[in-house]
Amino acid sequence: MPSEQGHRLYVKGKHLSYQRGKRNTNPNTSLIKIEGVDDPKAATFYNGKRIAYVYRGKKEIRGTKIRVIWGKVTRPHGNSGVVRAQFKHNLPPKSFGAMVRVMLYPSAI
Amino acid sequence: MSTENKTKKFGKQERVIPSSTDKALKYYPAEDVAQPRKSRKTQHPYKPRASLQPGAVLILLAGRFRGKRVVLLKVLPQGVLLVTGPFKINGVPLRRVNARYVIATRTTVPVEGLDSKTLDKVSDEKYFARDKKSDKKGSEEGFFKQGEKPEKKQVSSDRADDQKSIDKALLSSIKKEQFLQSYLSSSFSLRSGDRPHEMVF
Repeated sequence: MPSEQGHRLYVKGKHLSYQRGKRNTNPNTSLIKIEGVDDPKAATFYNGKRIAYVYRGKKEIRGTKIRVIWGKVTRPHGNSGVVRAQFKHNLPPKSFGAMVRVMLYPSAI
Repeated sequence: MSTENKTKKFGKQERVIPSSTDKALKYYPAEDVAQPRKSRKTQHPYKPRASLQPGAVLILLAGRFRGKRVVLLKVLPQGVLLVTGPFKINGVPLRRVNARYVIATRTTVPVEGLDSKTLDKVSDEKYFARDKKSDKKGSEEGFFKQGEKPEKKQVSSDRADDQKSIDKALLSSIKKEQFLQSYLSSSFSLRSGDRPHEMVF
């Protein structure tokens, strides 16, 4: 029974872009669109939550080919529920459009 | 480096110019004995958020037992929560868990009949301390043991007994409530369309 049911403990998010103006990008901050979040008030729930960008490499390191870049949600961005995030190492631009895992911890409920 | 004192002639007099090490200091501290500054910070005891009451059902968000629903027994003075499955229901033993990695639900389990003596024993800091590794890393025994599989850690009988004594009272009150046992044995996960920011836990 447990193996069929879901195991997801994170909310799916999409890595949209770097923080930017029209002509300049700031790769230090990424913009993340969290599924189901449509306004900045809802987005403040996710402030401080940790984010993981999970990807695969070809070389096995420490016993696995799966690699993670960790980061956290810093603040809401704009009026439509998008959120700013900073990662330990900046996300690579090839991850635009890729899924990112927004964890539910550190939890405040 | 101390240079020798030079002498210079000024008109009819001579003057001794002290070397750099012999010169009088330009700065003297106001106090002879330096006193460290007193800190103005006050230490406050750890205060958990209001939803973390003993008996509350918590959802573990990370770690080995992530997704499990678990009963909160006590908030330890270390700033950490003491939690139990109960073990027979979902396999989570007496364990400490950080409050930030936990969602508190509104469901509570009555915890009146808990064995307070065992509870105090388990709340002690040293109860969960790691056993010190007996062999040093560089020793011969350790070198020869490298290839062998690591021995499975035996649960000490004390831990098992403490687990049983604390769970006994919990299990009887859990069985009275309909569905509570299967609720605790099931795991939490997010499904399609779930919005945690709108969910009431």
